[in-house]
Amino acid sequence: MKGNVIKYERDNIDTDVILPGTYLKLHDYDELASHAMEGIDPEFHTKVKEGDFIVSGKNFGCGSSREHAPIALSHSGIKAVLALSFARIFYRNCVDGAFLLPIEIDEEAYKNIANGDELNISMETNEIKNVTKNQTYQMKPFSEIIGKIIAAGGLFKFKP
Amino acid sequence: MNITEKILARASGKERLSPDDVVFVNVDKVMLHDVSGPGVIKVFEKLKNQGINVEKLWDSSKVWIAEDHFVPSAEKVSAENIVKLSNFSKKYGIEKHFKYGLGQYGICHTLSHEEALVLPGEVYVGGDSHTNTTGALGAFACGLGHTDIAYVLLNGKIWFKVPETLLFKLNGKLPEHVMAKDLILKIIGDIGTDGGAYKTMQFAGNGIDEMSIDERLTLTNMTTEAGAKNGIIEPDQKIVDHLASRGATEFTQIKGDSDADYSKTFEYEASEMEPIVAKPFSPENIAIVREAPTIELDKAYIGSCTGAKLEDLEAAAKILKGKKVKIRTEVLPAAISIYKKAIEKGFIQIFLDAGATVGPPTCGACCGAHMGVLAKGEICISTTNRNFPGRMGHVESQTYLASPLVTAASAVTGKITDPRDLN
Ligand code: SF4
Repeated sequence: MKGNVIKYERDNIDTDVILPGTYLKLHDYDELASHAMEGIDPEFHTKVKEGDFIVSGKNFGCGSSREHAPIALSHSGIKAVLALSFARIFYRNCVDGAFLLPIEIDEEAYKNIANGDELNISMETNEIKNVTKNQTYQMKPFSEIIGKIIAAGGLFKFKP
Repeated sequence: MNITEKILARASGKERLSPDDVVFVNVDKVMLHDVSGPGVIKVFEKLKNQGINVEKLWDSSKVWIAEDHFVPSAEKVSAENIVKLSNFSKKYGIEKHFKYGLGQYGICHTLSHEEALVLPGEVYVGGDSHTNTTGALGAFACGLGHTDIAYVLLNGKIWFKVPETLLFKLNGKLPEHVMAKDLILKIIGDIGTDGGAYKTMQFAGNGIDEMSIDERLTLTNMTTEAGAKNGIIEPDQKIVDHLASRGATEFTQIKGDSDADYSKTFEYEASEMEPIVAKPFSPENIAIVREAPTIELDKAYIGSCTGAKLEDLEAAAKILKGKKVKIRTEVLPAAISIYKKAIEKGFIQIFLDAGATVGPPTCGACCGAHMGVLAKGEICISTTNRNFPGRMGHVESQTYLASPLVTAASAVTGKITDPRDLN
């Protein structure tokens, strides 16, 4: 999985920032994408490209259970969010709905990955290669159930 | 095992469960509202295209629907969502649909306890993050997204990782000027907005035994703000009486074993508690009210599942009786049943005499949707639960979270005010 980084260097990026409450009435996925990250970055939808990654701090996706948040990001083209930690409902929604990968990274990776860097992520080796900086970081492996649901392609395709 | 582990063990048919075990649990109750409902309908459409049968729910008698976030509809899209929701109920034979303008309705988490929709010992999931609220009845109550709720509606079960439990003990009865809201803000200030992440937050101690159900619900409601999977309180006679008065008498109370494990215990002395506010832009950003910044407020908001239960309105009425508000003040009871009781008890008259506006039950401005959202630069004091950027309106508006007592006192002075300092 290869892509470029859009970095938000802060903690607690909440779902009101990812997709503001006023748009909760919308359920068209492309329309939602056009409002992604509007709470902190109104230009997001013009700069995001298919296959990009978001990199951010801890407790990413905290706040409401709105699945609109991972939907808006994934339909913008985001393939994975790399964060120090995730809020639980956002994390679950990403995985069970097969929208994008929530990848936990460590402080070192967080510090070193810069906006615009090109990354190559390998799920087999749990490695994140920073092509731009020629560095390699480890991602936190997914727990067993999460790994299985991701491999199946979402909760509905997973056979318990 | 503690209460959460026992409920999950019962619901998954296991003898014993420990934190980190992953289980599929049978669900007892499911809730949808006018945001998550259309979201689930969208998931159903996707599934249908993939050849998955979505013609029948696993058990429509266990499902209920609330119209709360975007009622009364301010524009066409919201109005159409309500129509979609009604068609969904009709198609799947969901009888418990609480419609705006048709008898009892209100905010989903308020209905769950007002209407005794969830019982002690049950596994209850809702398409809303504050589903945690209902854990105050002694149930495992947890919020999920649309895909997960769709899965439950079709299969009657869902996976959970058994959470570890943080135990918060309150010693003694809270002083008169301090409410559950102050306690939970203090706790979130102490452990942070991810301090309860993936965990259970359980409340206990003689201070909790003394506490009313309305107040307990404020505690469990805001466990979501600490990232918790669920908030829970062991059921007692008050819960049994509350449910019995609403016709629910058949349930099994589950309580934790005396040797149950808790990963950490926190103790709070009620007598040391003070009124607290959470400053913008995080519920963990707390300050003692008497040390809060002296800024000019634009609005006071008394509403939401957190802060518009009957006792919240009673607290605000106690302050506002015979006084005038100095800033725009909006009061929105959390359900029609509460609205009616507030009229009977004279609270609504007090609010109107004070100069406040009283609106219908709705999530409305709590989530920045409609009915009183904040303009750029406006500052609000609110009995709600979140104050992220843009939560209640413009990204550059600000919200201070506070108890109904503090919010009402601040409405009178136009500044953040400790109820003790109001003459
Ligand atoms: S009142 Fe606010 S917090 Fe409660 S369910 Fe509605 S939007 Fe959510």
